Amino acid sequence: MRLALRMLRRDWRSGELRVLLLALIVAVASVSSVNFFTSRIHLALSSQASDLLGGDLALLSSDPTSAERKAQATALGLQLAETLEFPTMVVAGDGSQLVALKAVGSNYPLRGQYRIATQLFAADREVAGGPESGTVWAAAQLLTALAIDVGDLISVGNAQFRVAALLVTEPDSSGGMMFSVAPRLLMSAADLPATGLIQPASRIRYSLLLAGAPKQIEALRGQWQDALLPGESLRDVRDSRPEVRTALERGESFLGLAALVSVLLAAAAVAMAARHFVSRHLDSCAVMRCLGAEQEFINRLYLQQMVLLGLIASGIGVALGYVAQWGLAALLGPLVGVALPPPTATPILYGLLTGLVTLLGFALPPILQLKNVSTLRVLRRDLGGVQGNTLLAYGVGGGAFLLLAIMQAQSLTLALAVVAGVAALLLVLTLLAWGVLRLLRLVRSKGGSAWRLGLVNLARRGNHTLIQMIGFSIGLMALLLLAVVRTDLLDAWQGRLPEDAPNRFLINIQSEQLPALQQFFATQGLATPALYPMVRARLTEINGQPVMVDEFEDQRAKQLLSREFNLSSALQMQSDNKIVAGHWWSVADVDKPALSLEEGIAKELGLKLGDTLTYSVAGQQFTAPISSLRSVEWDSFQPNFFVVTPPGLLTGYPVSYITAFYLPTAQHELLNQLVRQFPNITVIDVAAVLNQVRAIITRVTQAVEYVFIFTLFAGLVVMYAAIHATLDERIQEAAIMRTLGARRGQLLGAIIVEYVGLGLLSGLVAALSAGAVGMVVAQRFFDLGYVPGPTLWLAGMVVGAVGIGVAGTLGLRFVINQPPLQSLQGG
Amino acid sequence: MNNNAVLVVQNLTKQVVSPEGQLTLLHEINLEIGAGETVAIVGSSGAGKSTLLGLLAGLDTPSSGAVSLAGEQLFALDEDGRARLRATKVGFIFQAFQLLPNLTALENVMLPLELAGRGDAQHTAQQVLERVGLAARVQHYPKQLSGGEQQRVAIARAFATHPAVLFADEPTGNLDSKTGARIIDLLFQLNAEHGTTLVLVTHDAQLASRCQRTLELEEGRLRSSV
Repeated sequence: MRLALRMLRRDWRSGELRVLLLALIVAVASVSSVNFFTSRIHLALSSQASDLLGGDLALLSSDPTSAERKAQATALGLQLAETLEFPTMVVAGDGSQLVALKAVGSNYPLRGQYRIATQLFAADREVAGGPESGTVWAAAQLLTALAIDVGDLISVGNAQFRVAALLVTEPDSSGGMMFSVAPRLLMSAADLPATGLIQPASRIRYSLLLAGAPKQIEALRGQWQDALLPGESLRDVRDSRPEVRTALERGESFLGLAALVSVLLAAAAVAMAARHFVSRHLDSCAVMRCLGAEQEFINRLYLQQMVLLGLIASGIGVALGYVAQWGLAALLGPLVGVALPPPTATPILYGLLTGLVTLLGFALPPILQLKNVSTLRVLRRDLGGVQGNTLLAYGVGGGAFLLLAIMQAQSLTLALAVVAGVAALLLVLTLLAWGVLRLLRLVRSKGGSAWRLGLVNLARRGNHTLIQMIGFSIGLMALLLLAVVRTDLLDAWQGRLPEDAPNRFLINIQSEQLPALQQFFATQGLATPALYPMVRARLTEINGQPVMVDEFEDQRAKQLLSREFNLSSALQMQSDNKIVAGHWWSVADVDKPALSLEEGIAKELGLKLGDTLTYSVAGQQFTAPISSLRSVEWDSFQPNFFVVTPPGLLTGYPVSYITAFYLPTAQHELLNQLVRQFPNITVIDVAAVLNQVRAIITRVTQAVEYVFIFTLFAGLVVMYAAIHATLDERIQEAAIMRTLGARRGQLLGAIIVEYVGLGLLSGLVAALSAGAVGMVVAQRFFDLGYVPGPTLWLAGMVVGAVGIGVAGTLGLRFVINQPPLQSLQGG
Repeated sequence: MNNNAVLVVQNLTKQVVSPEGQLTLLHEINLEIGAGETVAIVGSSGAGKSTLLGLLAGLDTPSSGAVSLAGEQLFALDEDGRARLRATKVGFIFQAFQLLPNLTALENVMLPLELAGRGDAQHTAQQVLERVGLAARVQHYPKQLSGGEQQRVAIARAFATHPAVLFADEPTGNLDSKTGARIIDLLFQLNAEHGTTLVLVTHDAQLASRCQRTLELEEGRLRSSV
């Protein structure tokens, strides 16, 4: 070990380890800064999503939460807040209206904020605390229905309150009351006893909201999950809203992908640096062998040296990564908009592991081949390198990369897809490069121009060109993936929520109102939106067996079964749905019993194609088989239904209609008219929910962009390594050429032609591969259709030609300025 | 001054800064070499032989003094000017052969011709390789050739451009004596055929004795001219 340390010091002094170390440090620094930063962004993102729940975890119950539960939560150091919700009538002047009353404790909300306004349709602002005692906040629909405004009085039960503000959104506006028929009235829980509304038989929904450290939240969730009382259920942000969940999961996939590309780049840089290290150590190895060193000794020596190097580099890398993420958070944190929590410690371990696995996986196989060096090399330097077991080296490297990919992406499928992509890339690349080189070889040199010399050099260098091309292509592919493909994917993803995505839902529309409503839209110059029939039904039997809610283990399944479903009927399937099993009904079958289920709910309830379901609607029952399963884009903000039937099946049942449309901000006044003309129709403002989801998407986009900076840096190191790997050879060659009379212009021209050509080819190969990887990733993981455009090819070739041309020329420029004798003697 | 001189050296001095202070490698060297002359530079290790050779060929720059090669003042030219002069007037043979490993024997010989902008590079290179007895080896890479064969490629490369002056640095240093002798024979044969001026650095007394003149360097000073 002491010898290994001494050798490490000597190698360091002589500059031989610098590239390897640099590649490794940058690799670990980028990976750990990504991980540190990702962990913080991740924490921040989930707390942002918690806004939609008003806390990190919610316990819903039909009875007041027991003191025991509260004590358990308090003991874990969690914050608590309580709310009560129930429907009741309120009176103002001559009018009365059913409201969804919500009484909130003084701590509410633990996450997120209210948005309120001082009068109808005025600009709104964010506030942290709820209404003061003696006052209430009312939703716009309530004010419109009662023809009152902010400042007026309203009677709730036995007490009277002043309306202090217009409630625009609640922290948990999307938490489940969104489709409630009645408008919201918000009051302080302290005022509730005075109303006298709470009676022993009242149907009240009690919510206990909790917030705190993720670990404690998880602990409590685990503890309560198994001991829920009848009527109790647990909710966290992940099951609060499907579109929020989807947005979060996609965001995580993007971050994982960005980090994975850093790992890939790191590995490529290390592999190239290791190759360089081996070629530089052939001599000393041959000498050691001559001096009597056994093969095992040499192996042990280099293994120790590599582990030492790995630990040192990883340590420095982790430290740098930590510093880098703080600097970045300080610089870019304000853009993210929320205070970032401190990072977790896990990235330290990941960083060290990444460094060691990368080094050992990619550097060790070639380095361990050093023991096979011919001792004759001391006599004849030209005896060449060692014949490594290439298959073994690739196998170990591939395995190491897969391990790193799984560690980084925390998803076997994503990791496998990337590894498969890399393998395909290498194959395509090798074939393409080989073909191009064969073609170039046909170019015989007839003159001394730099152009010919450069091209001929490219062709003549064979294997070296191939290896450099692989290095450049991997680097460029990473850059293209993140610069072009990432933007395209994000655009496609954000395109899911176009500017004119529906921002208002109208529900409770009666059949006889349909013509009048269509007329209303026409008069206002708006397109009539699609109207979907809706029938409330309860699932009573599955395959003839009565549904026993308690038999279902899944919490969500229990929840779904214990309340009424909204069934819809349609002749044509909605355009944003897709059949995943079975068939949609034909026009001839509109009266036959059939059901089309959303695939997610079918899975949760354990239902499959052909199962029969019996629904109870307003005291009547009907039974129908499941004829198809659909996938639904929940984040499209179009009305969607878990269960759809053919039109004939729901005839005769009480039906109401739902619709969604986009209302431009300037036309808000229209809502007043609508509510006046159709008092029973409830208008739901989804703009707030939409904005929250958009904010999350934007934030994820920014996070990916930050991560991209590091990946870019890693890409540059790969290119540097690729250029540096042949530097010694280049210096020697340039000196010989100078001796033979080559002018600087000739050498420079040749280098430029060679590297621009190399960049052009690498860029093309990289664009091909990035496009393919992008298509696979888009389809498999983001459920997006993506076709790489001409920008990608163009960007690939231009960035390749210019970037590698400039980098190669700058990297080698001193080669042509050095007096030839110096280089020759040095060699 | 000899009007026929191809190489004129005046007060050539080379100093370098080493950890022990300033070191004088060459001390006011003066000499002339005539066209077609064969000259051996001998001396012990560290006497400055290779440094002198490098300066004569313009591969390095002196601290002071001047070298005139084929009528051109070497150090009045810039680096590119010297390169251009080398491309047309100078050939080189090294102890370590210095062939480009990625080029075949033929391509190595073609290289100086290409650099000089000669259109018949391939044809000429082929002929020269045949002359040195490597007709069957033209498509081999240096690592596929023996040491003697590699040096013959280097000789072919040196003569391909018909240089006025050929510099050889220990041309047999890396070869066994039998191969070395054959290489020397080849070198002198070609030299005679082309009428080239030959300046070689060597330890080998036998090789030195085949030259018309021997210059002995001792601690950077020219001791004798035989």
